[in-house]
Amino acid sequence: MIVNEQVAIDHGLKRDEYTKICELLKRTPNITELGIFSAMWNEHCSYKSSRLHLKKLPTKGKKVIQGPGENAGVIDIEDNDAIVFKIESHNHPSFIEPYQGAATGVGGIMRDVFTMGARPIANLNSIHFGSPQHKKTKNLLRGVVHGIGGYGNCMGVPTVAGQTSFDSSYNGNILVNAMTLGLVRKDKIFYSKAAGLNKPVIYVGSKTGRDGIHGASMASASFDDKIEEKKPTVQVGDPFTEKLLLEACLELMAGDSIIAIQDMGAAGLTSSSIEMASKGNLGIEIYLNKVPCRESKMSPYEIMLSESQERMLIVLENGKEKQAKKIFDKWNLDFAVIGKTTNSKKIQLYFDEEMVADIPVNTLVENSPMYDRKWKKAKLPKKNKIKKEDLKNFKIIDVLKKILANPNICSKEWIWQQYDHTVMGDTIQKPGGDAGVVRVHGTNKAVAASVDSSAVYCWAHPLTGGKQVVCESFRNLISVGAKPIAITNCLNFGSPENEENMGEFVECVQGIGEASEYLKFPVVSGNVSFYNQTKDKGIKPTPAIGGVGLIKDYNKMITMDFKEINNVVLVIGKTEGHLDQTLFARNILDEKNGPPPEINLFNEKNNGETLLKLIESNLIKSAHDVSLGGIVTAVAKMCIKGKKGINLNKPKYLINEMEYFFSEDQGRYIIEVGKKDLKKVTDILNKNAVHFDELGTINENELYIDDKTKVTIDELASSNTKWFLNYMGN
Amino acid sequence: MKSSVITFPGSNCDRDMDVALKKFGFKNKMVWHNDAELPKSDLIVLPGGFSYGDYLRCGSMASKSKIMKSVINFANSGGMVMGICNGFQILVETGLVPGVLLRNKYLEFICKNVFVKINNKTNRYFNNIKNNVLEFHIAHNEGNYFCTQDQLKEIEDNDQVAINYCDENGKVEEHYNPNGSIKNIAGIFNKEKNVLGMMPHPERMIDNCLSGEDGSIFFNNLINNLK
Repeated sequence: MIVNEQVAIDHGLKRDEYTKICELLKRTPNITELGIFSAMWNEHCSYKSSRLHLKKLPTKGKKVIQGPGENAGVIDIEDNDAIVFKIESHNHPSFIEPYQGAATGVGGIMRDVFTMGARPIANLNSIHFGSPQHKKTKNLLRGVVHGIGGYGNCMGVPTVAGQTSFDSSYNGNILVNAMTLGLVRKDKIFYSKAAGLNKPVIYVGSKTGRDGIHGASMASASFDDKIEEKKPTVQVGDPFTEKLLLEACLELMAGDSIIAIQDMGAAGLTSSSIEMASKGNLGIEIYLNKVPCRESKMSPYEIMLSESQERMLIVLENGKEKQAKKIFDKWNLDFAVIGKTTNSKKIQLYFDEEMVADIPVNTLVENSPMYDRKWKKAKLPKKNKIKKEDLKNFKIIDVLKKILANPNICSKEWIWQQYDHTVMGDTIQKPGGDAGVVRVHGTNKAVAASVDSSAVYCWAHPLTGGKQVVCESFRNLISVGAKPIAITNCLNFGSPENEENMGEFVECVQGIGEASEYLKFPVVSGNVSFYNQTKDKGIKPTPAIGGVGLIKDYNKMITMDFKEINNVVLVIGKTEGHLDQTLFARNILDEKNGPPPEINLFNEKNNGETLLKLIESNLIKSAHDVSLGGIVTAVAKMCIKGKKGINLNKPKYLINEMEYFFSEDQGRYIIEVGKKDLKKVTDILNKNAVHFDELGTINENELYIDDKTKVTIDELASSNTKWFLNYMGN
Repeated sequence: MKSSVITFPGSNCDRDMDVALKKFGFKNKMVWHNDAELPKSDLIVLPGGFSYGDYLRCGSMASKSKIMKSVINFANSGGMVMGICNGFQILVETGLVPGVLLRNKYLEFICKNVFVKINNKTNRYFNNIKNNVLEFHIAHNEGNYFCTQDQLKEIEDNDQVAINYCDENGKVEEHYNPNGSIKNIAGIFNKEKNVLGMMPHPERMIDNCLSGEDGSIFFNNLINNLK
């Protein structure tokens, strides 16, 4: 095939990008080379629109062993233990083929983690669907949940937490973000940097097939009417092979034969080989006839661009091939020496004795395009004036029941019961709480993780929204008694070529950066997914934040269920009555305008750290952060989980009771305290200048509000669970 | 007491079982599916997971593994063999216990705590357990136990039902059946009661801070019965 500008454009490259390729090579690329450039230079692999802004994120910290740039981030959790973690999107493929799209998303992120030598110990996910009434939503939801479960369950890694939301902006572009945490000894972390000349380059895992060709390019473009035709670009997963690959790799890693290792993810053999060469400042020679192929007569172009799953590329020490092959034979996996490292600083491919590609590595990596896209700054919307009289018509209990049954609040048990969340025998906090918690096997430590996003706040004001998501992650970790350490982010946005979408991206990133800097909660890994867009319509900006924290003594972990009758319940943090963009305003008042709640980073940090001290001193019986639906929703969930009631009293504030109970002011937590500890707790809160209100005491099984109105907890629980079961029809 | 846990390609509860057995005093060995000989053992466990990726049919390929010949001989000579979850699926494929395991009634994987009623205590697995009801944990996609009416009659005549899904008070009703199993059957024995296959995972219930502790009752009792 003759390469020209049109062929390049068909590969998703821009005209000037093609010109630049020809200049860099000082000739016209052949079709294999063009394929390689298009795979390396697309948005998904090159971060060409985002790199400039991502650089501003804080990525360093005392506990950070490895920040962004490797397969995943690594943090220190003491005693020579480290946690490797990352979140990644698989949005485009999941919309086209929900089961395989979601499954391979989970498979891909686990591979990123065990590539670094870590055994995966927990999975999480953040999934977002269109309006429940949209004709595709139900099938997409079912397919995605089955796909996530199908892969993670088979791997034997517990899925311990997640987040699901519905919003019509995802009607044509669902989001599937998968996160994995792995455990590794600090001195056994593996990296992707190749080193040394004439070292054998090894291919292990599944055979290469024709699936997923151009997957990364597909994920770098908007959808149009012809998305059904893109099905062949979706990869097909085989969790069984990945389980074998995991065990084989960890067995090989126990020795000292690996110099560098990299999984074949987006852009397959292309990006993995180039990344290893680039980081090691080396060249790589590959003999494509030696690559194990599933189908006959695969061309060099297809072999290089296939995104077949469950494959790894390894640079070995010389002379270790036999020993390594024995391990992969034991696990029935392919093992082939396909090339070697060279000093050419080029990627050179041979097929049938002929050289089929010859590209300087730096042209693919350092010289890849970087754009300073135009973006538009968002204005802070004006506050709505909601009249107090308008609020008088509502009855708290009725509103509460509606909110508990809202698709974005209701119990997601239907989903997480389909995920094995207890395998590995270390899950001490299951899904449905503020964060999932797993023990560090064989120790007294535990690791907490949560994943959050607040698309509505980010859409209303990206800068505030960006900060808020980081704060929410911080709060969710504190709520289980974990010290927040670091985050990973999955930045899901519309087209970067649209100034408004690009503005949302830039300002969300700025917000994330400010909050993570202030909270000392650095970003150690992440992923950008642009073009979540169908024709001209992009999704609401949805940065998802995966937070990880450490509990030094897992006996001090706490959960959100109310524990004991007569204990006192407090809310920490000041309630100002902010209603704009709350679930109450948007769904009950049908008011979609106004700014999101403000973020005060000092209060966030101070309230959170003070609560953590209280928890570590064993003074707190249960805790839960206040988020969507405000105080009364948070309290109701604690009642439902603990099968207990509460006598709830609104303090004598100037604000209306609807504002008090349903506002979504930030930096707040509900806590349960034993009567005898109350003075100690309030003294510590006062000493640290943390605002709190006393809300009431726990009773047997009813929620009373100001002694005027009541509802049984069973009734609230039924509101909370029935929506999902009715919707999914069982 | 010596135990052995067999690891098949795709087993993923083998480590959890190893941890549990050791916690309650067993000297446990991990045995690779491709070995021919079993180490000297008082108990053989086929663990949960997805042996051979559940391809073809759950448990069917593992049932033909090299080590299974020795496991079958061991069972036929009266040795204690316990299959949990995928291990139960492997046992039915070998024919050591009767019946088959179909896909769950609602076609979905289920991971949750369940209550089971002990149906028969005249065997070395449940003898001496004071409780009639235990809280166990299930995590499976194919746990819907099925057999023919003739087989069912034979199973019941021989008192081969080990445990049934029930409520916390031991009431066995369809409402408490998580997967559609015939007669709420969660586990069965062979005729001689030395082979037990069950869907629930007692090894996930051995610590107060996990899903519960009734697995500890089971393992403590088991090792005492074997002594």
